[in-house]
Amino acid sequence: MKFEDIIKKENLIYKKTPLMTDNTLSYCPGCGHGTAHRITMEIVEEMGIVQDTIGIAPVGCSVLAYEFMNVDMTQAAHGRAPAVATGIKRCWPDKFVFTYQGDGDLAAIGTAETIHACNRGENITIIFINNGIYGMTGGQMAPTTIEGMRSSTSPYGRDAALMGHPLKMTELVAQLPGTCFVTRQAVHTPSAVRKAKKAIRKAFELQKEKKGTTFVEIVSNCNSGWKMTPVQANKWMVDNMFPFFPLGDIKVPE
Amino acid sequence: MAKELKLMKGNEAIAEAAIRAGSDAYFGYPITPQSEVIEYLMAEKPHERTGMVVLQAESELAAINMVYGAAGTGKKVWTSSSSPGISLKQEGISYIAGSELPCVIVNVVRGGPGLGTIQPSQADYFQATKGGGHGDYHLLVLAPASVQEMADFIGDAFDLAFKYRGPVMILSDGVIGQMMEKVYLKEQVPRLSDDEIAEKYPWATIGKPASRERNIITSLDLDSSKMELHNIHLQSKYRQMEEEEVRFEKINCDDADYLFVAYGSSARICQKSIQLAAEKGIKVGLLRPITLFPFPKKQISEMADKVKGILSVEMSAGQMIEDVKLAVNGRVKVEHFGRYGGIIPTPAEVVDALIEKIIGE
Amino acid sequence: MTEEIIIAGFGGQGVLSMGKILAYSGIMQDQEVSWMPSYGPEMRGGTANVTVIVSDERISSPVLNEFDTAIILNQQSMDKFESAVKKGGTLVYDPNGITHHPERKDINIYSIEAAKKASEMGNTKIFNMVVLGAYLKVKPIVKIENVILGLKKSLPARYHSLIALNKDAITMGMDAVKEINKA
Repeated sequence: MKFEDIIKKENLIYKKTPLMTDNTLSYCPGCGHGTAHRITMEIVEEMGIVQDTIGIAPVGCSVLAYEFMNVDMTQAAHGRAPAVATGIKRCWPDKFVFTYQGDGDLAAIGTAETIHACNRGENITIIFINNGIYGMTGGQMAPTTIEGMRSSTSPYGRDAALMGHPLKMTELVAQLPGTCFVTRQAVHTPSAVRKAKKAIRKAFELQKEKKGTTFVEIVSNCNSGWKMTPVQANKWMVDNMFPFFPLGDIKVPE
Repeated sequence: MAKELKLMKGNEAIAEAAIRAGSDAYFGYPITPQSEVIEYLMAEKPHERTGMVVLQAESELAAINMVYGAAGTGKKVWTSSSSPGISLKQEGISYIAGSELPCVIVNVVRGGPGLGTIQPSQADYFQATKGGGHGDYHLLVLAPASVQEMADFIGDAFDLAFKYRGPVMILSDGVIGQMMEKVYLKEQVPRLSDDEIAEKYPWATIGKPASRERNIITSLDLDSSKMELHNIHLQSKYRQMEEEEVRFEKINCDDADYLFVAYGSSARICQKSIQLAAEKGIKVGLLRPITLFPFPKKQISEMADKVKGILSVEMSAGQMIEDVKLAVNGRVKVEHFGRYGGIIPTPAEVVDALIEKIIGE
Repeated sequence: MTEEIIIAGFGGQGVLSMGKILAYSGIMQDQEVSWMPSYGPEMRGGTANVTVIVSDERISSPVLNEFDTAIILNQQSMDKFESAVKKGGTLVYDPNGITHHPERKDINIYSIEAAKKASEMGNTKIFNMVVLGAYLKVKPIVKIENVILGLKKSLPARYHSLIALNKDAITMGMDAVKEINKA
């Protein structure tokens, strides 16, 4: 029996976008990165803009994003993706330029670049994956680690008096006049994925209109770093992360 | 070619010459003694003149990473700073070298270490010529000794950056940046169109057409055997530079008994010292390295067979002298003379040092 | 011909721009020039100085330890640069505010009451041009018509109406310079 005999063409309801490569994802099973990659690439495909799209990969778990996203990509130094994107966009104002960054990259080492790119209103899209932990280096505390949350560098839970408060970057950049669309999404359920994808599309469409910086946070899990099963991790995220990082649009263009 | 004569500071001349060389973008952050570069660019509105982008970044880190991004798209892009700012840029420069991107970095050196002083210095020689950031790499380093060379070298630097697909540094200092001299400016070279860039630089990340695989700009490879091959490739470029790009100037060397080796503003000072020494009956010549990497080893080695001693004159505690000594390989006496921390040696001091350290009693 | 000059005074006296006009004048008569300022915080109200070299030949060091001419406009600069004039060289100074007058006998010394003259002419901003006039009377290294050409080249067009006034100031300086010591 052949593949085509089992799954008939007329029954096809979903197909992997050609803008995701065939390389095996380096992400842990259950991680939200793969979904976030896919919906970003689906938007690029659906909008028909691959020949005009340049992505910036960060340092962190998604450092190898260029292995999976089948678009022209530049890998940036830790935290500098918004500056790299600025350099590209200023030289090619009609191209679509996006960064894909984690919380350590965007909200710790790259805080200055994030805030200033947003404040200048660079016409770029920043996709911010927030899982409250440093995944790649083995589960250390991130600027977005919520109070009481355990990590390898806050083994008894984050103590704000000792370690500072978790940082709400998304609310922060929403205050800046340069941002035009700031939203917080998730990818843990099919409906959340649909909403997140819609938000990314909106961000790219606004980028085309040169309305300012578009900023999409995706609250995600890190079952490995959180030391949970994927299902537990998603539940923990809903119960503990969402109250502190509530989903929804924070700033929308008038 | 019709040329325009102006009286300009070195910092202004390099800015004007960069516009005329058809550069596409400048990203920078103010720091003394080179803030005139971005001030001049902003006042000139190159966006209206040629379409060139000029942006004041939030930091030197951001500026060099803007350069990295833009360079990856095949644009002619540059930045400038002074010593502490160049230290901040080192991470980005290492990425640019590792990712093989063309760009030009101008360092108008001031005294250090740390915040140091705003006065001229040449104490960034090691940083400029031996790599500067992490990893095995070199910048091709040009050292202008006049305002005219500040203007001339920026175009040369872009050509070399694209020839080798790597960062080129123009290593200047507070004297060359701040002084005014006559400068002949070249005519405007048109910027490349987006289509020309797409055709000329097939590696550029400007959006993937259906006709090719995606382009990736990265310095990362987790497979060490591949990373070793990449390093071997980089080293082959540096060996090619040593074969093809050495530049130097010889002054008064034909019948010299002694030799100064000096670059940039120190070379200018030594030219006066040659006159002062001649008045005392001392025949001394000057070999001025114009490229600091690749270093004119062969030319210095040849001079070592002709002179009785060599004085390496630098506004540092003695950095270039190491390369001079390697070239001379013990055949004649090599000594260093320099003032540091922002003090400029006088021509008379250099002659005194020659007599004291090289000629002896 | 090579003339190596240091011009030194307070920031705001027009020391740097006087040097620039001199350098431009040299260019107007096809000479080589260099203009090397002291720079940094000392420009803001403290002492400012600039080394100007005008020569028929390629200029070697733009930084020098002795000079053919020192043009000195405050006491600190007198203390620093009187000794830096080459033997047989020239020192031009404005006695206004000078408490210790130059004492060397081996150099030619001239005084110009530029601050006073500029004030009499009703425009203290032309002070530096009065000084320039005095210097050019003593050392006519550039022709006045080339100074005027240099001014036209270095000043934005909106200031060209002031060129006549600057010319008057130069003439005033030429008339008012006094010889103090002949080496």
